[in-house]
Amino acid sequence: MLLNDVLEKYGYDFTEYAHASINRRVNHLFQTDRFPSFAEFRYRIISDAGYALRFVEEITVNVTEMFRDPQFYYALRQQVLPVLATYPLIRIWHAGCSTGEEVYSFAILLKEAGLLHKSVIYATDINTSVLEKGRTGIFPLSQMQQYSRNYMEAGGLQDFSSYYTANYEYAKFRQDLGGKIIFSPHNLVTDGSFNEFQLIICRNVLIYFNKTLQDKVLRLFCDSLEPLGFLALGSKESLNFTSVSGQFRQLDGREKIWRKHHL
Amino acid sequence: MSMATASRVVLIGGSAGGLQAILTLLPGLSSGLNAAVIIVLHRQSSTDSVLAELLAAKTTLPVHEAEEKEPLLPGAIYIAPGDYHLLVETDHTLSLDYSEKIHFSRPSIDVTFSSAADAFGADTMAILLSGANSDGVEGLAEVHEAGGITMVQDPETAIVDFMPRHALQTVPVDHVAAADAMASFINNFAGVMAG
Repeated sequence: MLLNDVLEKYGYDFTEYAHASINRRVNHLFQTDRFPSFAEFRYRIISDAGYALRFVEEITVNVTEMFRDPQFYYALRQQVLPVLATYPLIRIWHAGCSTGEEVYSFAILLKEAGLLHKSVIYATDINTSVLEKGRTGIFPLSQMQQYSRNYMEAGGLQDFSSYYTANYEYAKFRQDLGGKIIFSPHNLVTDGSFNEFQLIICRNVLIYFNKTLQDKVLRLFCDSLEPLGFLALGSKESLNFTSVSGQFRQLDGREKIWRKHHL
Repeated sequence: MSMATASRVVLIGGSAGGLQAILTLLPGLSSGLNAAVIIVLHRQSSTDSVLAELLAAKTTLPVHEAEEKEPLLPGAIYIAPGDYHLLVETDHTLSLDYSEKIHFSRPSIDVTFSSAADAFGADTMAILLSGANSDGVEGLAEVHEAGGITMVQDPETAIVDFMPRHALQTVPVDHVAAADAMASFINNFAGVMAG
């Protein structure tokens, strides 16, 4: 009911999200913002576009970290980057990038492989305020110790702290990393393809969708990949039993990286 | 998909010391248990595959780490994967969620208990074991409110008694039992599949 309002009035479609998770987040927001009744909560969303934006931002999950699942990044470094290196221009789509920690992680991989100068990373999310944060390349300094450990486990070649400058409680990542990233809003549910890519990274986004929507988004990814392009998913996501599984082959090893067939 | 999903669910949540209790209660579960069993255990995420093997050695019921969108089947044991919340959908499938930690925990016992109470109502049995954390107490209350059965490990027998004591002070609890007495309560609640 509430989600239908948001769809009709604002065009954001959450109706095909997995129910249990979205219900939990909607109820949490309802309680946090202390509405006297659900009807008033609903009315505020319909009548106040500013609050509707808050609603969208709060019910989408924006938890992320740098080099999350280090062995995944290690696999990208070993198995995917050598193939990308053969292209004159490398186009990557990071869908559902949130505040950008994983995008900067991948930019570091490209930098260390000597590929960043000929790469463009399109980093997209439904939530415009997280994109704003991503654009700044500024993350909490308190996280850096953990990120540095992840980076080392992911096969990092440098001193991790050489990639940022610390200022009070923040770490600002180097300009040359962010300079190759284009942060831009894109809604996987309603928006179409906008380019052809050699690699699409979309981690821990599909888990929030129901099966129908998962299939739809996977077809979008499939159509947006060049032949022999790569698709990288979260550690609990899979192409198995989906409508595009026949068009991909999973890379060796236990990481969730697939390669599209050649025509 | 609705053909064979479980009509009852047994939820087991534990933190510090919870693993020992689970290893104690598992061998007593009936084969052909007519309920799905979901285990949410706080732990380091790196030990996942080991945990499934460890538990599988203690029961004839099939044990595996829960996968997103998979249906809950009777007689099967599902383990919440490390570093994800595990939620139960109203169509009796599972979904995963990488949102904020709850009580410093992911998976959170509260998240699983609460969503299962919504999905299974009075056909839910929730068990809270040893632990040093208050995660699970609120979820236990929601299971009670939904008409389900609540059970807590006897604090005298828990390796860390904070979690069960906190639950007993806060939530109406149907059964207080030592780990080695829990299987018979679960078997009675679930029954055995026909045939």
